[in-house]
Amino acid sequence: MSTNLQLNAEGKLKHFLSIEGLDKTLLTEILDTAESFIGMNDQQIKKVPLLRGKTIVNLFFENSTRTRTTFELAAKRLSADVLSMSIATSSTSKGESLLDTIRNLEAMYVDMFVVRHGISGAAHFIAQQTAPHISVINAGDGQHAHPTQAMLDMFTIRQVKRDFAALRVAIIGDILHSRVARSQIQALNTLGVAEIRVIAPKTLLPAHVEKLGVTVCHDLPNGLQDIDVIIMLRLQKERMTSALLPSESEYFRCFGLTEQKLKIAKPDAMVMHPGPINRGVEIDSKVADGAQSVILKQVSNGIAVRMAIMAMAMQKQGRVA
Amino acid sequence: MHVIIENGRIIDPANQLDCVANLYLADGKIAAVTNPPDGFQADMRLDASGQIVCPGFIDLSTRLREPGQSRKATFKSEVIAAASSGVTSLCLQPDTSPVIDTPAVAELIKELANKAGYRQILPIAALTRKLEGNELSSMLALKQAGCIAVSNAGAPVTNLLILRRAMEYAASHDLLLIFRPNDYWLGNKGCAHEGAIATRYGLPGIPDAAETIALAHCLELAELTGCRVHFGQLSCKRSVIKIQQAQKYGLAVSADVAIHQLHLTENDMIPFDSAYHVLPPLRTEADKQFLRQGLASGTINCICSDHQPHDVDAKLGAFPETEPGISSLETLLPLTLKLVEQHAIDLQQAIAALSQHPADILRLNKGALTPGLPADICVFDPEREWQVNPSTWKSQGCNTPYWQHTLKGRVTHTLQAGKLIYRLHEPA
Repeated sequence: MSTNLQLNAEGKLKHFLSIEGLDKTLLTEILDTAESFIGMNDQQIKKVPLLRGKTIVNLFFENSTRTRTTFELAAKRLSADVLSMSIATSSTSKGESLLDTIRNLEAMYVDMFVVRHGISGAAHFIAQQTAPHISVINAGDGQHAHPTQAMLDMFTIRQVKRDFAALRVAIIGDILHSRVARSQIQALNTLGVAEIRVIAPKTLLPAHVEKLGVTVCHDLPNGLQDIDVIIMLRLQKERMTSALLPSESEYFRCFGLTEQKLKIAKPDAMVMHPGPINRGVEIDSKVADGAQSVILKQVSNGIAVRMAIMAMAMQKQGRVA
Repeated sequence: MHVIIENGRIIDPANQLDCVANLYLADGKIAAVTNPPDGFQADMRLDASGQIVCPGFIDLSTRLREPGQSRKATFKSEVIAAASSGVTSLCLQPDTSPVIDTPAVAELIKELANKAGYRQILPIAALTRKLEGNELSSMLALKQAGCIAVSNAGAPVTNLLILRRAMEYAASHDLLLIFRPNDYWLGNKGCAHEGAIATRYGLPGIPDAAETIALAHCLELAELTGCRVHFGQLSCKRSVIKIQQAQKYGLAVSADVAIHQLHLTENDMIPFDSAYHVLPPLRTEADKQFLRQGLASGTINCICSDHQPHDVDAKLGAFPETEPGISSLETLLPLTLKLVEQHAIDLQQAIAALSQHPADILRLNKGALTPGLPADICVFDPEREWQVNPSTWKSQGCNTPYWQHTLKGRVTHTLQAGKLIYRLHEPA
């Protein structure tokens, strides 16, 4: 089970692969630890020696700018040595080559892998296969999970709203293909929000999505009522060509967040987006750049949250100074 | 060669036999049950007391990986697995490399089988050339070369006009079509049942409609063309209902289910255990229960192993990138007996589903202990427990989800045409 895989014998974080299997206490510990790092962003010397002498490899089998950069910065601020690798995967490369890549890097005495991969389950697979002293952090695997993104979103929500208990959260857009949404839903449910509503056309919702613990809505104006937190998801262009949607303009008309629609939600509703945003497709520029938007705050928080997760995962063997 | 199998509990569903008696074999054939034929002199006596003696099993769907993929398995390795499992006839799916679409490949298979010392490997011919779904294979020539049926294995025939013509052509030569229903487009290159589990783990899903729609197409074409059709490896509730309706309506169609579909569900693969990656995918508990009911009512009348041995690398990877399939010959009998223990079916039904019914579907003169039939016999100890582990495992494919499980029911002797091809050498 994923729970056993992610935790060591003492119940401490060893790998961070998915929100599933982690309890509220642990998630809160991550948020609290991140809180302690957040002040560092404003300091002259933005470094702590927590992971001095550790080697972290960012293994990106899929393109990413934001996630890779913030992981890199987070590792550097913990004083670790960081190596970032972008590995283009050809369609023919199979598990063998993934495993070989891991084995080769293991032979170079690394302490942690931060992995992004286009296939669901890749991070689990690496965590199962890798040497016992190495930690694996999932930086996004296929359509499965993006748990560090979910945690930085939880951090941002807590920063603004203080408490999760009364919150009604709407997640809008391409839930079907979104690893971010899956991790957010798990985190929000674990932290105990009042309601999670997913709003999308049926073509962008996975089968039995309600079993994830959400209510389902196909209409944006209806769905936005009483909402405290609005999470917009990125819509990829290829969804039009694969017959999931008729056109960008129709999508924007139905599910795009405009100033007018934003007014339906609670007046102090916060607007989030994991980025990169498609202006005029899922979100209007005025909303993205508006007063209720916390999109850039999410990015800044990403560093502290990733520092917290890396530090906690490395703590497992008591080898952190 | 004259053989007596003594004091076993003889179960022969075709002849409605269930009694403790002796079974007499002579010159590769069944000679008599209970009373010896006149002047019978035994060359060999097998003690079967406390054991069940039944017709050897006929497996409707296996892959032995030769020709083409001997790194996964060979005839040599897999026929030992088959013999040790009481399986005396194996139908071989045509998706070998090269595909079984020419008599030469069928001949090659016969040769490989002879070399491996196992006589009854029954190749299934490709329905379309290279299984590409575009042109008909030379079905008649393939039949004459020993192919038992035609099938497109797991490959789709997306153009229904081609499927219609292939079925018409097969019907003209009285060939049985073995059809695994799967709509290519609805399957959408998925790797797990489209349901709550696939949603939670972000796995590309295969809806059950991918199976039922392809099944419905084929049922319509069965009526239109008069082709005899056997549906292989059904996985969901609505497929069973559709077959039931068709049979009630009078269509001569039959169906089988892979043994793992009767025991496992989508929940077993949590979170990403590639040992449970199979096609069609493991579905819900309700589907599993319905498949069991279908078996009990006779709508589905055969159980196959759907044996697919793999090399280690094939299962090492992120779940969607691993290859589907279970090495399942050796767990076929114990898992079938477990259905009896769980009161899903009775012992007669279980044995009939593994022997009599597949023989009927393939029109083989086998699957029963009628005097005069070839002496394909399985003797097993229904109470004997054994642990699935590498020291007892015979198949080259180690891809089973049952490692370390203790299973009940162990084959002690297997005879093929009167010849002892397997004897268990483990102390009880």
